[in-house]
Amino acid sequence: MKILVCVSHVPDTTSKIAFVDNNTKFDTTAVQFIIGPYEDYALARAVELKESSGATVTVLNVGLADTEPTIRKALAIGADDAIRVNSEPTDSFFVASQIAEHAKGYDLILMGRESIDFNSGVVHAMVGEMLGIPSVSPVMKLDIDGTKAKMTKEIEGGKEQVEANLPLVAGCQEPIAEWKIPNMRGIMSARTKPLKVVEPKATEQSVANKNFELPAPKGAVKMISADNVAELVTRLKTEAKVL
Amino acid sequence: MNILVFIETAEGKIRKTSLEAVAYAKAMGASVTAIVLGTADNNEMQSVGKYGATKVLHANDAKLDQQVIQVYSSVLAKAMEDENADVLVLANSSLGTPVAAKVAIKTKASFASNVAELPNTSSGFTVKRSIYTGKAFAHVELKNAKKVIAIRKNAAELKEVGGNAQVVGYSVTLNDADFNTKTVSHEKATGDILLPEAEIVVSGGRGMKGPEHWGIIEDLAKALHAATGCSKPVSDMGWRPHHEHVGQTGVKVAPQLYIAVGISGAIQHLAGVNSSKCIVVINKDADAPFFKAADYGIVGDAFEVLPKLTQAVLAAK
Ligand SMILES: Cc1cc2nc3c(=O)[nH]c(=O)nc-3n(C[C@H](O)[C@H](O)[C@H](O)COP(=O)(O)OP(=O)(O)OC[C@H]3O[C@@H](n4cnc5c(N)ncnc54)[C@H](O)[C@@H]3O)c2cc1C
Ligand SMILES: Nc1ncnc2c1ncn2[C@@H]1O[C@H](COP(=O)(O)O)[C@@H](O)[C@H]1O
Repeated sequence: MKILVCVSHVPDTTSKIAFVDNNTKFDTTAVQFIIGPYEDYALARAVELKESSGATVTVLNVGLADTEPTIRKALAIGADDAIRVNSEPTDSFFVASQIAEHAKGYDLILMGRESIDFNSGVVHAMVGEMLGIPSVSPVMKLDIDGTKAKMTKEIEGGKEQVEANLPLVAGCQEPIAEWKIPNMRGIMSARTKPLKVVEPKATEQSVANKNFELPAPKGAVKMISADNVAELVTRLKTEAKVL
Repeated sequence: MNILVFIETAEGKIRKTSLEAVAYAKAMGASVTAIVLGTADNNEMQSVGKYGATKVLHANDAKLDQQVIQVYSSVLAKAMEDENADVLVLANSSLGTPVAAKVAIKTKASFASNVAELPNTSSGFTVKRSIYTGKAFAHVELKNAKKVIAIRKNAAELKEVGGNAQVVGYSVTLNDADFNTKTVSHEKATGDILLPEAEIVVSGGRGMKGPEHWGIIEDLAKALHAATGCSKPVSDMGWRPHHEHVGQTGVKVAPQLYIAVGISGAIQHLAGVNSSKCIVVINKDADAPFFKAADYGIVGDAFEVLPKLTQAVLAAK
């Protein structure tokens, strides 16, 4: 079985978000970049499948050269080789088009439920559409039974058991697998694993990020005494007008 | 401009966020047609007229009761063509978002999800979408003539502007190959208020000490007609189901009122609640970081404060 895991290179979840150049560019000062947390689940499940059934795992990232430490980390966790599509990941349609270009021939294409920078939650659906294969997300459990994938998918207020034939795209989330932390051997071997850099294919630009904005800052918290909770109810009614 | 709005139903009722999608389309000043797939109640369908749809296409085919994303996207792409629709609007959801993405590809439309406000059409066509898990917004230009917009909760105000819509049958030709996923079974909390759509949410964290104490969270939720949520460790430990966990890796809520009890306010939790209109924090530690993100705070023991608060809510009714 051939597995492709698509990883994004995103600010750590605790990062403070800020913009520069007249709010047109993300401020990377002091930001630590990581593999997207959902993709960490996807990668962990891929490595488990590799260990249990002898799959090969390729990681793919659409990004500029600065994403290579993130790709190397994925290799250290257990992927066999990597592809970097050398381009700024401007929007989900663009990213999906690039992934679809390289995803043919894989039995299982694993992604995260959503990237934590653009949060579109759609690249898996788009890649499935472009390749004409099923896509399922968010997947909390994934087992392969011959040519079939058996999955648990989360829906609003519950979950579903879903089946689909391979090849398949799945957007993963916990508890599909436990995150894996690279060990020393993994880190050493990752240095020499193949990382192929390819140029993007030309695609029509259907959307353009104009500029960014931060939410309005919150006012100061109003403290209410624990002995006087009725006052909270009154304030929620008359002041905040939310009851 | 013709706009098509995809309407989702849950247990026979039209989802509130789908009504917001109708209101969103109407506010764009357009002629709005809604579309419902599968078995649905006629009165419910007519009621979308109140928010500005003049016509409801009803594809009343029992095969559509299985909500297969590929099937839905094919039907909607065809309906856009049949109705000469330039724009498809729908609500972000586990069904709607992937369907929208696929329709966008089939129709060569520009696409945006998590859209938070009405479009700005002063020059070009720009939408404001939430990014970095609610920590920022992007203004995105949708360049193609056709557009698919997935809105998040509160992107448009629900205002009654009309009467009943006319429901017309819409016949579909379904392609067997589109039934490419099969739902074998589902488990769903019935009758509960869905967390992503709730106007009031009461959430508990590790400070609640154990699942056996959730009764006082539920009592307050019941008194407020609220949905219940929790922090990630609470669902990790199995105190509450996974779909209740709020935050960066869980549900992003956008209620009028979010009440957090015994939750410290880690940045990953805040990422899921920062679109709430009003946040109340109850925590025994006056230095809990959540207070900085709150509108109202009570420093106190949840086990004492919650029952009193529930009583005060009931007394004020
Ligand atoms: C990649 C990543 C993603 C994450 N995603 C999420 C996410 O989506 N959602 C999420 O919630 N977390 C997430 N986390 C975890 C997050 O960092 C915190 O660990 C978590 O939110 C803490 O949960 P908590 O506030 O319930 O528990 P704690 O931090 O243990 O806080 C418990 C609080 O309860 C208070 N307390 C104790 N007893 C009482 C009492 N009797 N009465 C009142 N208050 C009391 C304490 O003062 C304390 O503030 C993520 C972490 C990572 C690394
Ligand atoms: N730049 C990228 N390179 C590779 N994969 C990506 C990239 N961006 C997003 N993805 C994948 O697509 C999933 C969904 O992303 P999104 O639709 O942006 O929320 C992510 O969890 C990743 O697995």
